[in-house]
Amino acid sequence: MTIKSLRKLIAGSSIALGLAGFGTTALAQDQEEGAIRVGILHSLSGTMAISESTLKDEMLMLIDKQNAAGGLLGRKLEPVVMDPASDWSLYAEQARDMLTGDDHVDVIFGNWTSASRKAVLPVVEELNGLLFYPVQYEGEESSENIFYTGAAPNQQAIPAVDYLVSQGVERWALLGTDYVYPRTTNKILEAYLKANGVADDDIMINYTPFGFSDWQSIVSQVKDFGSQGKKTAVVSTINGDANVPFYNELANQGISAGDIPVVAFSVGEQELTGIDTAPLVGHMAAWNYFMSVDSDANYDFIDDWVAYTGNDEAVTNDPMEAHYIGFNMWVQAVKAAGTTDVDAVKDSIIGVTVPNLSGGASTMMPNHHITKPVMIGEIQDDGQFSVVWRTPSTVAGDAWSDYLPDSRNLISDWRAPLRCGKFNVESKQCEDGPGAD
Amino acid sequence: MSATVGSHGRDLMRGPTINVLLCLLMAWSLSFISQAAWGANDEPQARALLEALDTSSFQAKGDAAQAIADSDVEQKTRWLQALLDGRLGKERRGDRFYLITDDSGREWPIIDAITFADAGTGTRRTVDAFKINNDLRTRIEGMLASLSLSAGDEASRLSAAKRLIGEVTADNADSVRQTLADEESPNVRDSLGVALAIYKVQQGDADSLETLRGNLDTRVRNILAPIAAGDSELAAEAQSVLGGIESKRAWYDRAQTLFFGLSAGSILVLAAIGLAITFGVMGVINMAHGELIMIGAYTTWMIQQALPGQPGLALALAIPGGFLVAGAFGVVIERTVIRFLKGRPLETLLATFGLSLVLQQLVRSVFSPLNRRVASPDWLQGAWQINEALAFTLNRLAVLIFCLVVFASLWALMRYTRLGLEVRAVTQNRAMARAMGVRASRVDMLTFGLGAGVAGLAGVALSQLTNVGPNLGQSYIVDSFLVVVFGGVGNLWGTLVAGMSLGVINQVLQPWVGAVLAKIIVLVGVILFIQKRPQGIFAPKGRIS
Repeated sequence: MTIKSLRKLIAGSSIALGLAGFGTTALAQDQEEGAIRVGILHSLSGTMAISESTLKDEMLMLIDKQNAAGGLLGRKLEPVVMDPASDWSLYAEQARDMLTGDDHVDVIFGNWTSASRKAVLPVVEELNGLLFYPVQYEGEESSENIFYTGAAPNQQAIPAVDYLVSQGVERWALLGTDYVYPRTTNKILEAYLKANGVADDDIMINYTPFGFSDWQSIVSQVKDFGSQGKKTAVVSTINGDANVPFYNELANQGISAGDIPVVAFSVGEQELTGIDTAPLVGHMAAWNYFMSVDSDANYDFIDDWVAYTGNDEAVTNDPMEAHYIGFNMWVQAVKAAGTTDVDAVKDSIIGVTVPNLSGGASTMMPNHHITKPVMIGEIQDDGQFSVVWRTPSTVAGDAWSDYLPDSRNLISDWRAPLRCGKFNVESKQCEDGPGAD
Repeated sequence: MSATVGSHGRDLMRGPTINVLLCLLMAWSLSFISQAAWGANDEPQARALLEALDTSSFQAKGDAAQAIADSDVEQKTRWLQALLDGRLGKERRGDRFYLITDDSGREWPIIDAITFADAGTGTRRTVDAFKINNDLRTRIEGMLASLSLSAGDEASRLSAAKRLIGEVTADNADSVRQTLADEESPNVRDSLGVALAIYKVQQGDADSLETLRGNLDTRVRNILAPIAAGDSELAAEAQSVLGGIESKRAWYDRAQTLFFGLSAGSILVLAAIGLAITFGVMGVINMAHGELIMIGAYTTWMIQQALPGQPGLALALAIPGGFLVAGAFGVVIERTVIRFLKGRPLETLLATFGLSLVLQQLVRSVFSPLNRRVASPDWLQGAWQINEALAFTLNRLAVLIFCLVVFASLWALMRYTRLGLEVRAVTQNRAMARAMGVRASRVDMLTFGLGAGVAGLAGVALSQLTNVGPNLGQSYIVDSFLVVVFGGVGNLWGTLVAGMSLGVINQVLQPWVGAVLAKIIVLVGVILFIQKRPQGIFAPKGRIS
């Protein structure tokens, strides 16, 4: 190989890699007329791949299953998979690609981090797409074009804190990755804790970058913070693969759940597969679903998933349940509307009720959030969670937190005639148009 | 048993009557033995104890566990241990209790909890394991500890004794005194003594304060603090003991921070030292350096895959393995790319940057975009606990030592070997070195290979501390350049000092300003320093063309 051609190759490949974000793969190559195209926008590489890549596989499984059952409206479903490579701006670009041009998809299932959702939001609003977002998030948002099938703070963070209070916790270390979800969630939690009489000194807040691995001094700080004689807990909104070194450091510094329990909002069964969980037994996670949930719907789903992946050790987690619910809701809504037309589906999906995996049912609310039960699980030595507490019934997601002064009076209702994502009940005005941040 | 029956049978085979009688006797005594051993007479009691666990209230469950601990059922330790591990359960839609002997996988072997007889296999659909939560777990651990305080080995007695600190009350003070009198191990005696002393101080005994002087246990501090702040007669004395404790802790905290800093620094040094050779000595701006680190980490993972169950051996083999594999990649890169770009730093930068993307994508395609889990051997887990206030986590201590060893070997190699001499000669004056018969291009190749190999070693070490994934290298490339430039290009000592000091500064700042700002401050500091002193901490001596 001559040096010239080699240089060309390197330059060419780096440009190609840089621009295309490591390639877009339309899995189904046949441009079959009339197929319903389902966009799957999850990172298959980069720091979020640990969490997101299984969601892509799950969507493919759900689509396969739907096709095996005869498709939808007599048409086949066809997945369109892209890889935004954990790069938030690529999510927006690829969402645009999905909603325009040859790839035009009827619905998108995707995103994990709030940063990526915030990037995609203006795109789906501009091009009138549909996005099903399956991950717990910070709230303070309601878009006409996004359906939030993950938990809002009142469906995860607040009940988790309530549970810890009932366990006698008086001191709080709020650790998070430095981006919008942890910062907003911690703002809500801080306001909530202070409203419940927790002193400033008893709250510690710390943010770290994505992919952070040098946890030694922060963990030691937490250890010190927790050894002042009051029962202390860590509320973790640490996201992505930074969790692995974090939990390893906890174990190495000998912090057990009996001393300082950690309750995490972004750590599920999938994230634990990379960790030896024996030293972590008793640390907690708050979700709306755990793989260990005792219901036949769940056991059937796990059997399907194990069969689909061909991996006996394959795990399921909360965002997977959210996609399961979201996909089934969308299927129901399309059936009810008789079309995949976005505006028709948006109207018909509100009020749709489908079974969830924990033995109950979830309903799409007018604010584009769904009803879910809230559970606290403790990590077991086999990498699973044991549910130690759950709400007696489902909780409806609240787009605008009641604990932040700015959003206390806001509600969201996308039904006619209101059709407003940010309605101020005091001034009776729709503020700033849809999806206002 | 059957062997015994056989031999006795042969000896006593005198007549059929005796034989039959003997068999009956044997059968009867066997059943009697088994009844006694498995406590069939106690079975209703055992069953009732287990039955009480079958409740959804953790409070009631805790009381049931306490009842088990207080009972004299023989199986109680095993039950409590299984309950603690989530391996004690009840038959769904049935009334048998099981111990799950192995709960990995989806089908578990189970045994009867009362008779310990084999009961086949169970699954999540057939056996409901009793759930416990954190509070209950702590309670059960306490029960098991108190069961072992009188009986267990020294380690479990010690942890049981440590649990007692702050927990001694009028109710159990006498029994603790008794245990102290019977105890022989000095460590356990110390802990029991502290536990008793705290109780006595709380009762107003000033003499016992002396026992607590200099004790680093945070519970001692937390109990003394309100006493010192109060207005009892003890307050002044308690204040002085507390002051002593606080200042002692402060010193250990500083030592701890220094260790954190050196450990963070050792990672920087390891990541940068290969670059100090390729960039510092050869002047090649190698943007693919991070990916060479990644290759070292993946080599560790692959060797571990080849040697399942032996993470220690795999790690030991990965040290030469990572060096050779990354070094080989380095030699190939030098031969195919860098050689042709000599003296054109901008083009080298772009080409190696492209190369780094190619290598990342290669790893994504060959392995997976997902992180790989590299296991740590047992001896790299946990911490070396010096005292209550100071502990060195073993994995970081090992990386620190490893870093120093790598540095020393590299320094010796450059200083004392022929290759090192040739490298220095070529660096200082290429034309002259060639005139003296040094094969400069071969030296280039070996030097780059050496730098790449050392990057591989860094990868082996990092695999113990951070995630092994395609992006591993990216997180270290900027830091590596920072360290090399800060330390002084072309100077190994500079790299060592720069890496260690940046690590320490970072760790000192981190608790105050957070991880993000600490990094920014360090970066700004280095930029200002370089403005003032462009040649770095250690300026190269002599005339370098």
